[in-house]
Amino acid sequence: METFLEQVNKEIHGVPLQACYHCRKCTAGCPTAQHMEYNPNKVIKMIQNGKREQVLNSKTIWLCLSCETCITRCPNQVDIARMMDVLRQMAIESGVGAKEKNVLKFHEAFLAGIKRGGRINEPMMMAEYKLKSLDLFSDVLLAPGMFMKGKLSLLSPRTKDIKSVKDIFEKTKHS
Amino acid sequence: MKVSYYPGCSLHATGKEYDQSMKSVSSALGIELQEVDDWSCCGASSAHSTNFDLSIALSARNLISAEKNALDVMVPCAACFNRFKMAEHHLKADKELKTKIEDVVGAKYQGGIAIRNPIDIIYNEIGIDTLIAKIVKPLTGLKPVSYYGCLLLRPPEVCEFENYENPFMMDKMMDAIGADVKNWSYKTDCCGGSLAISKTSIVVDMCDKLMSAAKEAGANCVVTACPLCMANLDMRPSSKLKLPVFYFTELIALAMGLAGSKETFKSHIFNPQPLLKKLQLI
Repeated sequence: METFLEQVNKEIHGVPLQACYHCRKCTAGCPTAQHMEYNPNKVIKMIQNGKREQVLNSKTIWLCLSCETCITRCPNQVDIARMMDVLRQMAIESGVGAKEKNVLKFHEAFLAGIKRGGRINEPMMMAEYKLKSLDLFSDVLLAPGMFMKGKLSLLSPRTKDIKSVKDIFEKTKHS
Repeated sequence: MKVSYYPGCSLHATGKEYDQSMKSVSSALGIELQEVDDWSCCGASSAHSTNFDLSIALSARNLISAEKNALDVMVPCAACFNRFKMAEHHLKADKELKTKIEDVVGAKYQGGIAIRNPIDIIYNEIGIDTLIAKIVKPLTGLKPVSYYGCLLLRPPEVCEFENYENPFMMDKMMDAIGADVKNWSYKTDCCGGSLAISKTSIVVDMCDKLMSAAKEAGANCVVTACPLCMANLDMRPSSKLKLPVFYFTELIALAMGLAGSKETFKSHIFNPQPLLKKLQLI
């Protein structure tokens, strides 16, 4: 049976995590490390030690902003940003779900928006996110101003060949 | 020159000032834009955070559509630019993935067109001298810091942006239009855009840090080339720290005296007009 480390390496499809010599440049440059329970370097160590459940159940993987500062500064080109994508996808596919629930709910609302119209209609997407997350009151004071300034419109143009977009979702659906 | 144009979802909504100013600046600089046929969303961070194949396929659909024009494609939104470059990178490096994605999209990917951001096109193709020759009203008194953010620059081997840790192209353009551009150490720090809605409190702190640093550098505004950075920096900082934020194309349009160049300032959330009036620029 494959170890957790082997599984993650296979999905990253690049430099294996064993190349990390724990200099912690990834963590020094990470803008959200202070909010994570395990910093990016610690996550690599945990994967090396087979701590699958703790890693997939962590807030850390959902607080990564994908700013790509870690890979940019890694002296060994370990793709930590891609590693975080892989871990999030594993958490979803294995049924663990997201420790930071609203982050995943936002992604789900966003993708549902693309599937519906091919392009994002921001008011519709926000409404869907608010219903999913039950975070009903944040940002409501910003919305009227944005409508008034023409930044939000309920009727934005859609992709005409919407079937081609829906097909992409269908064919890449997690098994 | 003629290029394909991929506006992306933001430029038709929260980032409409970027679309408007990009079109007028392009026309004035002799860049003809041909919109990508029936484009769809690039997938942004929500696709790559949850489903790798979906993220590559959504971008590939647009790249394949853009290939029909047989022109380089200009992608003003830094997030769309990043996703397109990332898809190109993976599709060119991994033949097995390319075959799989072509099957998902139902069309062949050639990889023959260049994916370019407008900073690169204006700086490298049009050039600073041409820009200077078109300036009718130098932006004297405006003191911006240039904010490049993440997605135009990183990862460097994918984005291929010059000087990715200390980029300078936008700074040189601001200098060319008469602004007194300030130097600072936060040009490429993240504003937190991808978590702005779902983890707002963290993102407010990140925006506050950027605004404090901009003020410390002596800036009276921030200039950006990303609609996510713009929305975030325009809305999220604490009120006492806010500064006007502009798209670089809005300021170029103003300095070139283009028709409609004063209109885009009206839809910013944090009103930049008092600053521009004080400096007698509008």
